[in-house]
Amino acid sequence: MREEINTGAAQIKAAPNPTLVKLSTFWRKLTSSKSAVVGGILIIAIILIALIGPYFVPYSPSATDTANRLNGPSLAHWLGTDNYGRDIFSRIIDGMSITLYVGFSAVLIGMTVGVFLGIISGYYGGKIDTIIMRFMDILLAFPGILLALAIVAVLGSSLNNVIIAVAVFSVPVFARIVRGSTLSVKKLEYIDAVKALGASDARIIFKHILPNVASPIIVQATLSIATSILSASGLSFLGLGAQPPMPEWGAMLADGRNYMYDAPHVATIPGIAIVIVVLAFNLFGDGLRDALDPKMKN
Amino acid sequence: MPKELLKVKDLKQYFPIKGGLLGRTINHVKAVDGITFDVYEGETVSIVGESGCGKSTTGRAILRLDEPTAGEVEFDGEDLLALSKKDMRKKRKDLQVIFQDPYASINPRQTVRQILEEALEIQNVVPKNERAKKIADLMEVVGLGAHQADRFPHEFSGGQRQRIGIARALSVDPKLIIADEAVSALDVSIQAQVINLMKQLQRDFALTYLFISHDLGVVRHISDRVIVMYLGKIVEIGDKTSIFDNPHHPYTKALLSAIPVPDPDAQSERVLLEGDVPSPINPPQGCRFHTRCPFATERCRVEAPELRNIDGMKEGHMGACHFMEEIKNGTHQVE
Repeated sequence: MREEINTGAAQIKAAPNPTLVKLSTFWRKLTSSKSAVVGGILIIAIILIALIGPYFVPYSPSATDTANRLNGPSLAHWLGTDNYGRDIFSRIIDGMSITLYVGFSAVLIGMTVGVFLGIISGYYGGKIDTIIMRFMDILLAFPGILLALAIVAVLGSSLNNVIIAVAVFSVPVFARIVRGSTLSVKKLEYIDAVKALGASDARIIFKHILPNVASPIIVQATLSIATSILSASGLSFLGLGAQPPMPEWGAMLADGRNYMYDAPHVATIPGIAIVIVVLAFNLFGDGLRDALDPKMKN
Repeated sequence: MPKELLKVKDLKQYFPIKGGLLGRTINHVKAVDGITFDVYEGETVSIVGESGCGKSTTGRAILRLDEPTAGEVEFDGEDLLALSKKDMRKKRKDLQVIFQDPYASINPRQTVRQILEEALEIQNVVPKNERAKKIADLMEVVGLGAHQADRFPHEFSGGQRQRIGIARALSVDPKLIIADEAVSALDVSIQAQVINLMKQLQRDFALTYLFISHDLGVVRHISDRVIVMYLGKIVEIGDKTSIFDNPHHPYTKALLSAIPVPDPDAQSERVLLEGDVPSPINPPQGCRFHTRCPFATERCRVEAPELRNIDGMKEGHMGACHFMEEIKNGTHQVE
């Protein structure tokens, strides 16, 4: 009884910012989801390793040691060595930042372009909408990896071109999501009210629509990072992305492929690393989606 | 004679209905179909009618929140529809709007201060260093405390939120305020407060109101003149007393007879209408009201009546019915 009275008084005193209230419920929901917690912790660990790991690796990731080729895991080489005798553990740690760099930058580019096109499309409607969305439909009609392959084939194979290619195929996903949310937000009366005050389109879009369509964008971005990492590794596996001796996981997987029977760990370990990172982002994205979904109430 | 602040001429607002494989326009919703009226400086004109008659659409079209299909809207001697988007943005300072739903019409993520500050910033009404004072003044004017400025909309009641909406509209020193069902969402005691506030503000700031409502009691209280709309057309227009005490159009009569009388013993003559409002997609030919009018004749089905003044009507009072004289004299014969 007393507790109830206390909480009542506290509510009157503190004027809660709805953004903060939302943040605290969001945090509660997010931390109550096991997958989000596991994914989140993994992501934090991955980022930390990517940032500080390379300073602590036992060997240089490109140092060859022909005497110790294709060794299995041991105390000296925790995850064994590859066909040039390079320490796989060091290469995995060093390659982590490459993986994250590709994932984050591809999504950042794809998201920026997609959100921009989606908001323009949803806000202005009409012909602009039709043209943008039909173009997005064309992009969506291609299988993602095929489109990326074509783009890299045109631009030439390098890691940065892989990023561009992966970004291009994540654009339509963002554009569609943002267009839909924009359509529903722009019908709200307060948008009309600021319009009637004489607000410019830019003000309405950036100040009143964008903050209200942010949550689906965040969820999609998290999930897109996973897809992007997977696609980029795929392209590198095909030899279109990172060039040797860069310790890119997809390229390492490709290298190890030739020794699958004698030394399976050379191919398996980069594969497992990719799986862990992709899984981390997927788990976290799923948890995030549930936490941001107003229909799911815990 | 006060000067005309707003002149609406033959305003039409059609919304296309898209359909088919190629998204062609297959038909139009004729929400507002050629209406003409003037609003004089300092008066309150109400537009009444049942839902779907086009009264809100009229307000939105005047404000160019939806671009009207055809017609003229002249405000203070300037054709609003001819203005470029940029000039229109500046012009919006003079025309403001108060919306129906106080829960949807203010951004839940902004504090009252941010809401008002943004309005002042958009139109650059006062220099930056005077904005805080102006905000405090505005809140005082609409009956909120200046100490509430840093609160968020969810901390206010519906009536208070509507006051925030009014403060926002007032912040840019408008000449005309379009109140689109501004009190319909509030409960009755709060309605009275907000209406009295609006009347007070009208006196203090020399405001002109275009008051859109379906609530005849409220309209009777606040208006100088009344426009009655039915299915996108004006059926009767006139000063308040003429419309309420001497209605000439059968639709107005039916509408007025629906006002509840707070006296259980009162014998009211209820004019009951049959059927529903026809679809504005294919409005009836001739007089739009003929499908439900107890006096309809063959002529009504063919010929659309014009607004006109007959003997016994005050100046400025006009009805759009072919048989106003006959109905009044009791000589009308339904074939």
